[in-house]
Amino acid sequence: MDFSILTNNIDMFLEGLKNTIIASLIALICSLVLGILIAIFRIAPFKPINWLGTAYVEFIRNIPLLVIAFFIFLVFRIPGLAAGTMALTIYTAAFIAEAIRAGIQSVPKGQMEAARSSGLTYPQAMWNIILPQAIKIVIPPLGNQFINLVKNSSIIAVIAGGELMYQGDLISARTFVVFDTYIFVAMFYLVLTIPLSLGVGQLEKRLAKNN
Amino acid sequence: MDFAGAYTWVNIKFLLEGFGVTLQVAFFAIILSFFIAGAVGTVRYAKVPILSQVFAVLVETIRNLPLLLIILFTFFALPEIGISMEKIPAAIVALTIFEAAMISEIIRSGLNSIDKGQIEAGRSSGLSNFQTLRYIVLPQALRRMVPPLVSQFISLLKDTSLCVIISLPELTHHAQVIYGQNSGYLAPILLFIAFMYFAVNYTLSVISRRLEVKKFNPPGSDSVSRIFPLYS
Repeated sequence: MDFSILTNNIDMFLEGLKNTIIASLIALICSLVLGILIAIFRIAPFKPINWLGTAYVEFIRNIPLLVIAFFIFLVFRIPGLAAGTMALTIYTAAFIAEAIRAGIQSVPKGQMEAARSSGLTYPQAMWNIILPQAIKIVIPPLGNQFINLVKNSSIIAVIAGGELMYQGDLISARTFVVFDTYIFVAMFYLVLTIPLSLGVGQLEKRLAKNN
Repeated sequence: MDFAGAYTWVNIKFLLEGFGVTLQVAFFAIILSFFIAGAVGTVRYAKVPILSQVFAVLVETIRNLPLLLIILFTFFALPEIGISMEKIPAAIVALTIFEAAMISEIIRSGLNSIDKGQIEAGRSSGLSNFQTLRYIVLPQALRRMVPPLVSQFISLLKDTSLCVIISLPELTHHAQVIYGQNSGYLAPILLFIAFMYFAVNYTLSVISRRLEVKKFNPPGSDSVSRIFPLYS
Protein backbone atom coordinates (compact mmCIF):
# COMPACT_ATOMS: atom_id res chain seq x y z
CA MET A 1 0.00 0.00 0.00
CA ASP A 2 1.26 3.42 -0.96
CA PHE A 3 0.02 5.74 1.74
CA SER A 4 1.53 8.78 0.06
CA ILE A 5 -1.39 8.58 -2.39
CA LEU A 6 -3.67 9.22 0.56
CA THR A 7 -1.60 11.88 2.30
CA ASN A 8 -0.67 13.78 -0.89
CA ASN A 9 -4.24 13.95 -2.11
CA ILE A 10 -6.08 14.12 1.16
CA ASP A 11 -7.79 17.40 0.31
CA MET A 12 -9.23 15.88 -2.88
CA PHE A 13 -10.45 12.83 -1.00
CA LEU A 14 -12.05 15.02 1.67
CA GLU A 15 -13.59 17.30 -0.95
CA GLY A 16 -15.13 14.20 -2.56
CA LEU A 17 -16.30 12.86 0.78
CA LYS A 18 -17.91 16.22 1.57
CA ASN A 19 -19.76 16.27 -1.75
CA THR A 20 -20.89 12.66 -1.31
CA ILE A 21 -22.28 13.44 2.14
CA ILE A 22 -23.98 16.65 1.00
CA ALA A 23 -25.55 15.01 -2.04
CA SER A 24 -26.74 12.04 0.05
CA LEU A 25 -28.23 14.16 2.81
CA ILE A 26 -30.04 16.55 0.46
CA ALA A 27 -31.31 13.63 -1.62
CA LEU A 28 -32.42 11.82 1.54
CA ILE A 29 -34.49 14.73 2.84
CA CYS A 30 -36.01 15.55 -0.56
CA SER A 31 -36.76 11.92 -1.39
CA LEU A 32 -38.42 11.43 2.00
CA VAL A 33 -40.76 14.35 1.31
CA LEU A 34 -41.44 13.24 -2.25
CA GLY A 35 -41.73 9.58 -1.17
CA ILE A 36 -44.30 10.37 1.52
CA LEU A 37 -46.29 12.42 -0.99
CA ILE A 38 -46.31 9.57 -3.50
CA ALA A 39 -47.20 7.03 -0.81
CA ILE A 40 -50.21 9.21 0.08
CA PHE A 41 -51.10 9.28 -3.63
CA ARG A 42 -50.92 5.51 -3.74
CA ILE A 43 -53.23 4.84 -0.80
CA ALA A 44 -55.58 7.79 -1.33
CA PRO A 45 -59.19 6.70 -1.76
CA PHE A 46 -59.40 8.33 -5.19
CA LYS A 47 -58.56 6.25 -8.26
CA PRO A 48 -56.91 8.71 -10.71
CA ILE A 49 -54.53 9.92 -8.00
CA ASN A 50 -53.81 6.31 -7.08
CA TRP A 51 -52.96 5.59 -10.64
CA LEU A 52 -50.59 8.55 -10.84
CA GLY A 53 -48.67 7.34 -7.80
CA THR A 54 -48.47 3.80 -9.13
CA ALA A 55 -47.26 5.00 -12.53
CA TYR A 56 -44.47 7.02 -10.90
CA VAL A 57 -43.31 4.17 -8.70
CA GLU A 58 -43.45 1.50 -11.38
CA PHE A 59 -41.75 3.57 -14.04
CA ILE A 60 -38.93 4.95 -11.91
CA ARG A 61 -38.22 1.67 -10.12
CA ASN A 62 -37.74 -0.16 -13.39
CA ILE A 63 -35.31 2.15 -15.16
CA PRO A 64 -31.62 2.64 -14.30
CA LEU A 65 -30.67 5.54 -12.07
CA LEU A 66 -27.93 6.39 -14.56
CA VAL A 67 -30.48 7.01 -17.33
CA ILE A 68 -32.35 9.44 -15.08
CA ALA A 69 -29.08 11.18 -14.22
CA PHE A 70 -28.06 11.45 -17.89
CA PHE A 71 -31.46 12.85 -18.75
CA ILE A 72 -31.30 15.62 -16.16
CA PHE A 73 -27.62 16.35 -16.82
CA LEU A 74 -27.72 16.36 -20.61
CA VAL A 75 -31.25 17.35 -21.56
CA PHE A 76 -31.83 20.00 -18.89
CA ARG A 77 -28.12 21.02 -18.79
CA ILE A 78 -27.94 21.07 -14.99
CA PRO A 79 -24.42 20.89 -13.42
CA GLY A 80 -23.22 17.40 -12.38
CA LEU A 81 -23.58 17.47 -8.62
CA ALA A 82 -27.03 19.12 -8.67
CA ALA A 83 -28.23 16.88 -11.51
CA GLY A 84 -26.99 13.81 -9.65
CA THR A 85 -28.69 14.86 -6.43
CA MET A 86 -31.96 15.42 -8.31
CA ALA A 87 -31.68 12.04 -10.02
CA LEU A 88 -31.00 10.35 -6.67
CA THR A 89 -34.04 12.10 -5.19
CA ILE A 90 -36.37 11.06 -8.01
CA TYR A 91 -35.07 7.47 -7.96
CA THR A 92 -34.99 6.94 -4.19
CA ALA A 93 -38.42 8.53 -3.70
CA ALA A 94 -39.99 5.64 -5.64
CA PHE A 95 -38.45 3.09 -3.28
CA ILE A 96 -39.30 5.11 -0.18
CA ALA A 97 -42.91 5.47 -1.35
CA GLU A 98 -43.11 1.68 -1.77
CA ALA A 99 -41.65 1.06 1.70
CA ILE A 100 -44.11 3.48 3.31
CA ARG A 101 -47.09 2.12 1.39
CA ALA A 102 -46.16 -1.46 2.32
CA GLY A 103 -45.80 -0.42 5.96
CA ILE A 104 -49.18 1.30 6.09
CA GLN A 105 -50.94 -1.55 4.33
CA SER A 106 -49.37 -4.14 6.62
CA VAL A 107 -51.40 -2.75 9.52
CA PRO A 108 -54.49 -4.99 9.71
CA LYS A 109 -57.66 -3.55 8.13
CA GLY A 110 -59.55 -4.07 11.39
CA GLN A 111 -57.52 -1.27 12.98
CA MET A 112 -58.81 1.29 10.51
CA GLU A 113 -62.35 -0.09 10.75
CA ALA A 114 -62.30 -0.02 14.55
CA ALA A 115 -60.95 3.54 14.57
CA ARG A 116 -63.52 4.72 12.04
CA SER A 117 -66.39 3.05 13.89
CA SER A 118 -65.32 4.64 17.17
CA GLY A 119 -65.92 8.01 15.52
CA LEU A 120 -62.48 9.11 14.30
CA THR A 121 -62.27 10.73 10.88
CA TYR A 122 -60.09 9.14 8.19
CA PRO A 123 -57.14 11.55 8.73
CA GLN A 124 -57.45 11.16 12.53
CA ALA A 125 -57.47 7.38 12.26
CA MET A 126 -54.52 7.48 9.87
CA TRP A 127 -52.49 9.82 12.07
CA ASN A 128 -53.30 8.37 15.51
CA ILE A 129 -53.86 4.67 14.86
CA ILE A 130 -52.30 3.50 11.61
CA LEU A 131 -49.11 5.58 11.29
CA PRO A 132 -47.70 4.86 14.79
CA GLN A 133 -47.95 1.13 14.03
CA ALA A 134 -46.69 1.45 10.47
CA ILE A 135 -43.61 3.45 11.41
CA LYS A 136 -42.04 0.44 13.16
CA ILE A 137 -42.26 -1.58 9.98
CA VAL A 138 -41.13 1.27 7.75
CA ILE A 139 -38.00 2.40 9.58
CA PRO A 140 -35.62 -0.52 8.73
CA PRO A 141 -36.31 -0.42 4.97
CA LEU A 142 -35.91 3.35 5.06
CA GLY A 143 -32.52 2.89 6.68
CA ASN A 144 -31.56 0.49 3.93
CA GLN A 145 -32.67 2.98 1.33
CA PHE A 146 -30.35 5.53 2.86
CA ILE A 147 -27.41 3.12 2.60
CA ASN A 148 -28.33 2.50 -1.04
CA LEU A 149 -28.52 6.23 -1.53
CA VAL A 150 -24.96 6.74 -0.29
CA LYS A 151 -23.70 3.95 -2.55
CA ASN A 152 -25.75 5.16 -5.51
CA SER A 153 -24.34 8.67 -5.14
CA SER A 154 -21.22 7.25 -6.81
CA ILE A 155 -22.98 7.51 -10.18
CA ILE A 156 -22.55 11.27 -9.91
CA ALA A 157 -18.95 10.51 -10.93
CA VAL A 158 -20.19 9.57 -14.39
CA ILE A 159 -21.66 13.05 -14.88
CA ALA A 160 -18.60 14.84 -13.44
CA GLY A 161 -20.16 15.79 -10.13
CA GLY A 162 -16.99 15.99 -8.04
CA GLU A 163 -17.96 13.46 -5.38
CA LEU A 164 -15.79 10.74 -3.86
CA MET A 165 -15.65 8.35 -6.81
CA TYR A 166 -14.97 11.22 -9.22
CA GLN A 167 -12.12 12.53 -7.10
CA GLY A 168 -10.73 9.00 -6.93
CA ASP A 169 -10.83 8.86 -10.72
CA LEU A 170 -9.00 12.20 -10.98
CA ILE A 171 -6.34 11.10 -8.51
CA SER A 172 -5.77 7.79 -10.28
CA ALA A 173 -5.54 9.55 -13.65
CA ARG A 174 -2.99 12.00 -12.25
CA THR A 175 -0.80 9.61 -10.29
CA PHE A 176 -1.21 6.49 -12.48
CA VAL A 177 -1.65 4.51 -9.27
CA VAL A 178 -5.09 3.02 -9.79
CA PHE A 179 -5.14 0.07 -7.42
CA ASP A 180 -4.18 1.90 -4.23
CA THR A 181 -6.33 4.93 -5.04
CA TYR A 182 -9.43 2.79 -5.47
CA ILE A 183 -8.69 0.95 -2.25
CA PHE A 184 -8.64 4.29 -0.43
CA VAL A 185 -11.87 5.35 -2.15
CA ALA A 186 -13.41 2.06 -1.03
CA MET A 187 -12.32 2.75 2.55
CA PHE A 188 -13.92 6.18 2.50
CA TYR A 189 -17.18 4.62 1.31
CA LEU A 190 -17.00 1.92 3.98
CA VAL A 191 -16.46 4.58 6.66
CA LEU A 192 -19.84 5.98 5.61
CA THR A 193 -21.81 2.81 4.90
CA ILE A 194 -20.64 0.28 7.52
CA PRO A 195 -21.80 2.35 10.55
CA LEU A 196 -25.11 2.94 8.75
CA SER A 197 -25.50 -0.80 8.07
CA LEU A 198 -24.69 -1.70 11.67
CA GLY A 199 -27.15 0.94 12.89
CA VAL A 200 -29.95 -0.36 10.69
CA GLY A 201 -29.23 -3.94 11.77
CA GLN A 202 -29.34 -2.91 15.43
CA LEU A 203 -32.61 -1.04 14.87
CA GLU A 204 -34.17 -4.04 13.14
CA LYS A 205 -33.24 -6.29 16.05
CA ARG A 206 -34.66 -3.90 18.60
CA LEU A 207 -37.91 -3.44 16.69
CA ALA A 208 -38.24 -7.21 16.21
CA LYS A 209 -37.83 -7.70 19.96
CA ASN A 210 -40.58 -5.19 20.75
CA ASN A 211 -43.06 -7.17 18.68
CA MET B 1 -35.44 17.41 -30.18
CA ASP B 2 -35.64 15.34 -33.31
CA PHE B 3 -37.82 12.33 -32.70
CA ALA B 4 -38.26 11.31 -36.32
CA GLY B 5 -34.53 11.48 -36.99
CA ALA B 6 -33.67 9.60 -33.81
CA TYR B 7 -36.03 6.68 -34.31
CA THR B 8 -34.64 5.37 -37.57
CA TRP B 9 -34.34 1.65 -38.08
CA VAL B 10 -30.54 1.88 -38.07
CA ASN B 11 -30.53 3.51 -34.63
CA ILE B 12 -33.12 1.16 -33.19
CA LYS B 13 -31.21 -1.83 -34.49
CA PHE B 14 -28.04 -0.48 -32.91
CA LEU B 15 -29.85 -0.05 -29.57
CA LEU B 16 -31.23 -3.57 -29.78
CA GLU B 17 -27.70 -4.88 -30.34
CA GLY B 18 -26.67 -3.04 -27.19
CA PHE B 19 -29.60 -4.50 -25.33
CA GLY B 20 -28.43 -7.94 -26.46
CA VAL B 21 -25.10 -7.33 -24.72
CA THR B 22 -26.92 -6.04 -21.62
CA LEU B 23 -29.03 -9.19 -21.42
CA GLN B 24 -26.05 -11.43 -22.11
CA VAL B 25 -23.91 -9.87 -19.39
CA ALA B 26 -26.81 -9.86 -16.91
CA PHE B 27 -27.63 -13.49 -17.71
CA PHE B 28 -24.10 -14.81 -17.15
CA ALA B 29 -23.67 -12.68 -14.04
CA ILE B 30 -26.90 -13.93 -12.47
CA ILE B 31 -26.10 -17.60 -13.16
CA LEU B 32 -22.55 -17.35 -11.80
CA SER B 33 -23.52 -15.29 -8.80
CA PHE B 34 -26.38 -17.64 -7.93
CA PHE B 35 -23.99 -20.58 -7.59
CA ILE B 36 -21.38 -18.62 -5.64
CA ALA B 37 -24.08 -17.10 -3.45
CA GLY B 38 -25.61 -20.53 -2.85
CA ALA B 39 -22.32 -21.79 -1.46
CA VAL B 40 -21.64 -18.66 0.59
CA GLY B 41 -25.20 -18.42 1.92
CA THR B 42 -25.29 -22.07 2.93
CA VAL B 43 -21.91 -21.89 4.68
CA ARG B 44 -23.06 -18.84 6.63
CA TYR B 45 -26.42 -20.46 7.41
CA ALA B 46 -24.71 -23.62 8.67
CA LYS B 47 -22.27 -21.45 10.68
CA VAL B 48 -19.21 -23.37 9.49
CA PRO B 49 -16.44 -22.11 11.79
CA ILE B 50 -13.82 -19.68 10.36
CA LEU B 51 -15.17 -19.96 6.79
CA SER B 52 -18.47 -18.36 7.72
CA GLN B 53 -16.72 -15.49 9.54
CA VAL B 54 -14.47 -14.90 6.52
CA PHE B 55 -17.50 -14.88 4.21
CA ALA B 56 -19.36 -12.56 6.57
CA VAL B 57 -16.57 -9.97 6.36
CA LEU B 58 -16.34 -10.31 2.58
CA VAL B 59 -20.10 -10.09 2.04
CA GLU B 60 -20.50 -7.09 4.33
CA THR B 61 -17.59 -5.28 2.67
CA ILE B 62 -18.84 -5.85 -0.85
CA ARG B 63 -22.44 -5.06 0.00
CA ASN B 64 -21.40 -1.74 1.46
CA LEU B 65 -19.39 -0.61 -1.57
CA PRO B 66 -20.83 1.10 -4.64
CA LEU B 67 -21.05 -1.20 -7.65
CA LEU B 68 -19.49 1.51 -9.79
CA LEU B 69 -16.33 1.28 -7.70
CA ILE B 70 -16.22 -2.49 -8.11
CA ILE B 71 -16.60 -2.18 -11.89
CA LEU B 72 -13.85 0.43 -12.11
CA PHE B 73 -11.65 -1.61 -9.81
CA THR B 74 -12.07 -4.79 -11.86
CA PHE B 75 -11.33 -3.12 -15.17
CA PHE B 76 -8.69 -0.53 -14.27
CA ALA B 77 -7.04 -1.63 -11.01
CA LEU B 78 -6.75 -5.41 -11.35
CA PRO B 79 -4.43 -5.13 -14.42
CA GLU B 80 -1.91 -3.48 -12.06
CA ILE B 81 -1.59 -6.78 -10.23
CA GLY B 82 -1.52 -8.78 -13.45
CA ILE B 83 -5.21 -9.63 -13.93
CA SER B 84 -6.42 -7.99 -17.10
CA MET B 85 -9.69 -8.83 -18.80
CA GLU B 86 -11.61 -7.74 -21.87
CA LYS B 87 -14.64 -5.50 -21.29
CA ILE B 88 -17.34 -8.17 -21.34
CA PRO B 89 -15.59 -10.61 -18.96
CA ALA B 90 -14.61 -7.71 -16.69
CA ALA B 91 -18.24 -6.55 -16.55
CA ILE B 92 -19.44 -10.07 -15.81
CA VAL B 93 -16.84 -10.55 -13.07
CA ALA B 94 -17.61 -7.20 -11.40
CA LEU B 95 -21.37 -7.73 -11.50
CA THR B 96 -20.95 -11.30 -10.26
CA ILE B 97 -18.86 -10.23 -7.26
CA PHE B 98 -21.45 -7.63 -6.26
CA GLU B 99 -24.55 -9.72 -6.97
CA ALA B 100 -23.12 -12.81 -5.27
CA ALA B 101 -22.82 -10.81 -2.04
CA MET B 102 -26.39 -9.52 -2.35
CA ILE B 103 -27.89 -12.89 -3.34
CA SER B 104 -26.03 -14.76 -0.59
CA GLU B 105 -27.95 -12.60 1.88
CA ILE B 106 -31.25 -13.49 0.19
CA ILE B 107 -30.35 -17.17 0.39
CA ARG B 108 -29.23 -16.94 4.00
CA SER B 109 -32.38 -15.15 5.15
CA GLY B 110 -34.49 -17.54 3.08
CA LEU B 111 -32.92 -20.51 4.84
CA ASN B 112 -33.22 -18.80 8.22
CA SER B 113 -36.90 -18.13 7.61
CA ILE B 114 -37.70 -21.84 7.80
CA ASP B 115 -39.15 -22.68 11.17
CA LYS B 116 -36.69 -24.39 13.54
CA GLY B 117 -39.36 -27.01 14.31
CA GLN B 118 -39.04 -28.26 10.73
CA ILE B 119 -35.35 -28.97 11.23
CA GLU B 120 -35.94 -30.60 14.60
CA ALA B 121 -38.68 -32.76 13.11
CA GLY B 122 -36.42 -33.75 10.23
CA ARG B 123 -33.54 -34.63 12.53
CA SER B 124 -35.77 -36.58 14.95
CA SER B 125 -37.22 -38.63 12.13
CA GLY B 126 -33.71 -39.91 11.42
CA LEU B 127 -32.51 -37.64 8.62
CA SER B 128 -28.91 -36.45 8.74
CA ASN B 129 -28.10 -32.73 8.89
CA PHE B 130 -27.42 -32.69 5.16
CA GLN B 131 -30.58 -34.63 4.35
CA THR B 132 -32.65 -32.24 6.45
CA LEU B 133 -31.19 -29.32 4.52
CA ARG B 134 -31.64 -31.02 1.16
CA TYR B 135 -35.15 -32.44 1.58
CA ILE B 136 -36.82 -30.29 4.24
CA VAL B 137 -35.30 -26.82 4.37
CA LEU B 138 -34.21 -26.13 0.79
CA PRO B 139 -37.46 -26.98 -1.02
CA GLN B 140 -39.39 -24.63 1.26
CA ALA B 141 -36.75 -21.91 1.33
CA LEU B 142 -36.19 -21.85 -2.44
CA ARG B 143 -39.85 -21.04 -3.07
CA ARG B 144 -39.68 -18.10 -0.73
CA MET B 145 -36.50 -16.87 -2.39
CA VAL B 146 -37.98 -16.57 -5.88
CA PRO B 147 -39.54 -13.09 -5.58
CA PRO B 148 -36.49 -11.42 -4.00
CA LEU B 149 -34.27 -13.17 -6.54
CA VAL B 150 -36.34 -11.78 -9.41
CA SER B 151 -36.10 -8.39 -7.76
CA GLN B 152 -32.36 -8.71 -7.56
CA PHE B 153 -32.24 -9.68 -11.22
CA ILE B 154 -34.15 -6.50 -12.07
CA SER B 155 -31.56 -4.53 -10.10
CA LEU B 156 -28.83 -6.32 -12.00
CA LEU B 157 -30.36 -5.44 -15.36
CA LYS B 158 -30.52 -1.81 -14.32
CA ASP B 159 -27.00 -1.92 -12.91
CA THR B 160 -25.47 -3.13 -16.17
CA SER B 161 -25.93 0.47 -17.32
CA LEU B 162 -23.07 1.42 -14.97
CA CYS B 163 -20.73 -0.44 -17.30
CA VAL B 164 -20.80 2.61 -19.63
CA ILE B 165 -17.88 3.76 -17.53
CA ILE B 166 -15.71 1.01 -19.03
CA SER B 167 -17.35 1.52 -22.47
CA LEU B 168 -18.98 -1.89 -22.45
CA PRO B 169 -21.03 -1.91 -25.69
CA GLU B 170 -24.37 -2.31 -23.88
CA LEU B 171 -27.63 -0.39 -24.22
CA THR B 172 -26.70 2.84 -22.44
CA HIS B 173 -23.34 3.00 -24.18
CA HIS B 174 -24.94 2.53 -27.59
CA ALA B 175 -27.38 5.30 -26.70
CA GLN B 176 -24.39 7.54 -25.92
CA VAL B 177 -22.87 6.72 -29.30
CA ILE B 178 -26.09 7.73 -31.08
CA TYR B 179 -26.74 10.99 -29.27
CA GLY B 180 -23.05 11.78 -29.49
CA GLN B 181 -23.55 12.28 -33.23
CA ASN B 182 -26.49 14.63 -32.91
CA SER B 183 -27.50 16.37 -29.69
CA GLY B 184 -31.06 16.68 -31.02
CA TYR B 185 -31.35 12.93 -30.42
CA LEU B 186 -30.56 13.24 -26.69
CA ALA B 187 -34.04 13.26 -25.20
CA PRO B 188 -35.65 10.88 -27.73
CA ILE B 189 -32.92 8.26 -27.35
CA LEU B 190 -32.76 8.47 -23.56
CA LEU B 191 -36.55 8.12 -23.39
CA PHE B 192 -36.40 5.19 -25.76
CA ILE B 193 -33.85 3.24 -23.72
CA ALA B 194 -35.73 4.08 -20.51
CA PHE B 195 -38.78 2.39 -22.02
CA MET B 196 -36.69 -0.58 -23.14
CA TYR B 197 -35.39 -1.13 -19.59
CA PHE B 198 -38.86 -0.52 -18.25
CA ALA B 199 -40.54 -3.01 -20.58
CA VAL B 200 -38.29 -5.89 -19.56
CA ASN B 201 -38.07 -5.05 -15.86
CA TYR B 202 -41.76 -4.35 -15.44
CA THR B 203 -42.64 -7.65 -17.11
CA LEU B 204 -40.29 -9.44 -14.74
CA SER B 205 -41.76 -7.70 -11.71
CA VAL B 206 -45.32 -8.54 -12.76
CA ILE B 207 -44.40 -12.22 -13.18
CA SER B 208 -42.69 -12.19 -9.81
CA ARG B 209 -45.72 -10.66 -8.11
CA ARG B 210 -48.04 -13.25 -9.68
CA LEU B 211 -45.80 -16.01 -8.39
CA GLU B 212 -45.66 -14.46 -4.96
CA VAL B 213 -49.42 -14.19 -4.65
CA LYS B 214 -50.55 -17.42 -6.26
CA LYS B 215 -47.95 -20.07 -5.80
CA PHE B 216 -45.71 -19.21 -2.95
CA ASN B 217 -48.15 -17.82 -0.46
CA PRO B 218 -50.72 -20.45 0.33
CA PRO B 219 -53.10 -19.18 3.03
CA GLY B 220 -51.55 -19.31 6.46
CA SER B 221 -47.91 -19.24 5.38
CA ASP B 222 -45.55 -16.39 6.15
CA SER B 223 -45.79 -13.68 3.58
CA VAL B 224 -42.63 -13.29 1.56
CA SER B 225 -42.66 -9.57 2.09
CA ARG B 226 -42.54 -10.15 5.81
CA ILE B 227 -39.45 -12.33 5.53
CA PHE B 228 -37.73 -10.08 3.02
CA PRO B 229 -39.12 -6.68 3.91
CA LEU B 230 -36.04 -5.01 2.55
CA TYR B 231 -35.72 -6.30 -0.93
CA SER B 232 -36.02 -3.64 -3.55
